[in-house]
Amino acid sequence: MAAPKMSVGKPTVDRLPCNTTSFQKKSRSKLVSIPGTRPSIQNGQLIVSTGVTSLDYVIGGGLAVGTLLLIEEDRYDSYSRMLFKYFLAEGVVCGHELYVASALDHPNDILQELPAPILDDIASPKTVEDQAKSCDPESQDAMKIAWRYQHLPKVQTALASSSRFGHYYDVSKTMDPEICQAARCHGFYLPEHSTAVTSPTATTSGQSPMPETYSSLLNNLQEVIHREGFDGSVPQTKSRNILRIGLHSLGSALWDDDLCCRENPSHGHALTTFLYGLRAMLRSSLSVAVVTVPSHLIQNRALMGNITRLCDTAIALESFRGSERETNPLYKDYHGLLDVRQLPYLNCLVCDLPDNKDLAFKLKRKQFTIERLHLPPDLSETVSRVSRGELTGTAMVGSSGCGSGSTGNRHLDF
Amino acid sequence: MFAELNSILNTSPDSFKPGEFILVSDKHTDASFLIHHFLSFYLRAGCKVCFLGLVQSFSHYSAISQRLGVSLTQGREKGQLVFLEGLKESLGVLLQGEASKETRTMDFLRDPSSGLRGLYDFVRDNVRGAVGGAEEWGPPVLLVDDLSVVLSLGVSVGAALDFSHYCRATVCSELQGSMVMLVRCEAEEEEESDDEGSERLLRGLIHQCSLTLQVQGLPTGYCRDIHGQVEVCWRGQCDRQQAQKKLFQYKVHDKGASFFARGMSSAVL
Repeated sequence: MAAPKMSVGKPTVDRLPCNTTSFQKKSRSKLVSIPGTRPSIQNGQLIVSTGVTSLDYVIGGGLAVGTLLLIEEDRYDSYSRMLFKYFLAEGVVCGHELYVASALDHPNDILQELPAPILDDIASPKTVEDQAKSCDPESQDAMKIAWRYQHLPKVQTALASSSRFGHYYDVSKTMDPEICQAARCHGFYLPEHSTAVTSPTATTSGQSPMPETYSSLLNNLQEVIHREGFDGSVPQTKSRNILRIGLHSLGSALWDDDLCCRENPSHGHALTTFLYGLRAMLRSSLSVAVVTVPSHLIQNRALMGNITRLCDTAIALESFRGSERETNPLYKDYHGLLDVRQLPYLNCLVCDLPDNKDLAFKLKRKQFTIERLHLPPDLSETVSRVSRGELTGTAMVGSSGCGSGSTGNRHLDF
Repeated sequence: MFAELNSILNTSPDSFKPGEFILVSDKHTDASFLIHHFLSFYLRAGCKVCFLGLVQSFSHYSAISQRLGVSLTQGREKGQLVFLEGLKESLGVLLQGEASKETRTMDFLRDPSSGLRGLYDFVRDNVRGAVGGAEEWGPPVLLVDDLSVVLSLGVSVGAALDFSHYCRATVCSELQGSMVMLVRCEAEEEEESDDEGSERLLRGLIHQCSLTLQVQGLPTGYCRDIHGQVEVCWRGQCDRQQAQKKLFQYKVHDKGASFFARGMSSAVL
């Protein structure tokens, strides 16, 4: 928080004028009074937690207000849905308003499935640190041979920042209905909104790039933002709040978009136009959005690149469930891989680049952890180590079993 | 403004070649730091700048330019800078859907097949400057960040190339000003589709421009201390001058970027 660059910038106005964007550097003298947010350490942006503390660390402290997080779904939408629910649960616990849009499940059903927060959770993050601390005195005595390495820090696989931000959730229980009721929530369930048969845009001469589903979602979202005053239009007598927007499975066939069905879709620019409009809306209001896209169904990689570039932060999940990697001993501790595809540059030239891009996640009952993937030392007698590069390479082809068999000739018979 | 880049390109705010079309392109990385460099460079040189910011808000550029020592709000008030905030204008077009009276600039959002005519009209009207007032500003400069987003929004490659050709004819040839455009591409490992939009746009623009800066990630993989490499290529205009290429690696800091020859990064030495 004592970053010198924050004092270089001009102190900005406190109130949000309606014609400027929400990317205003908040100077330290005026403390922002929105609950559940804090200024970022790197560049003073106002950030919120995604609900998963290790994901917050991976994307640079948290989600900046006014930006969009893209989650590329895993194959059965199990873990991406979990992240989606964590995001909404965090909004409920922090007192933010929610906006949920879905074409498959009713938003009320999604809200009833949110994980329960662990409110006395001071114990859980400390145990990781305590274990690390308790190991050190033992290792100091133990290092008799490798004493030159004594001063080096122990490799921490768990990613966590020093200050706590965000909450922990218990996945096995659902949130109390009373807590849920206390949060204001706006839902958009697509089957209820697809009423208009003749859309006015279809009668104009040109072809509208967005199908009716996306434009009605965009209009509905703008109406909610405007009515509740998130864009500063209504002078808010009550304290300012953040709107958390969750859009589930955009781009799937249920949204009347054939992006996932064909290699050359006819509405190829529908989702990108929608994301452009969403970006414009987010930049001018106090809101943050999470969008999940079933990218494993999109065959055209260039389209996925366009979609990624229109979002600010983008991560991709790849779960091991149902693939050959589930039984691979290398990945036995994890449920899947997480790839950070893009990090945003917000109001500054640099972003917080991670030093390691090999990340894996596992979903435990009380925590969704993201860790650095590293090879443990192979202490077996037979040198049958299959390198990680081969694993990832052959697993893409889909025959990691055969791959390790064919490299059996690594047994060098002297 | 990055001092090292100025020395690489042999330019300075006091002396730069008129009529240049500079193309900045990137693959799998973000080259927008170069756009910030050129924005602060030309503002310091006293040129009249027309900036088409299609992907970010004004306060984003303003905050970064503040760190580079240039104030965009002041430039806008004095009339030196004309800034098109694409995101703000687009909301009006996307939501209502009916033809608006005043702004036809972002019309391509409503009807991508109509091309970028509205955008070009905006550029043409704002680049000429005040006819009545004195010529207090230098030659006009057009900056576009970034042109490949219009491809994502449905505009055809031909329309985008037409737009850049018209802009070049107006800004560079007629008014002897300069133009800087950013194009972002996706690198394809195998050529699965021949007419991949941004590749075609890039090739067309390389043909039109006079100086390219192609930014890529390191070919050997991801590194925290070296953010990528820049290939600077001067296209020879005269007969005796051949195309000249130089390759540098770069690292972006909070207040600038440093450029160094391959292997000479301070992190490695």
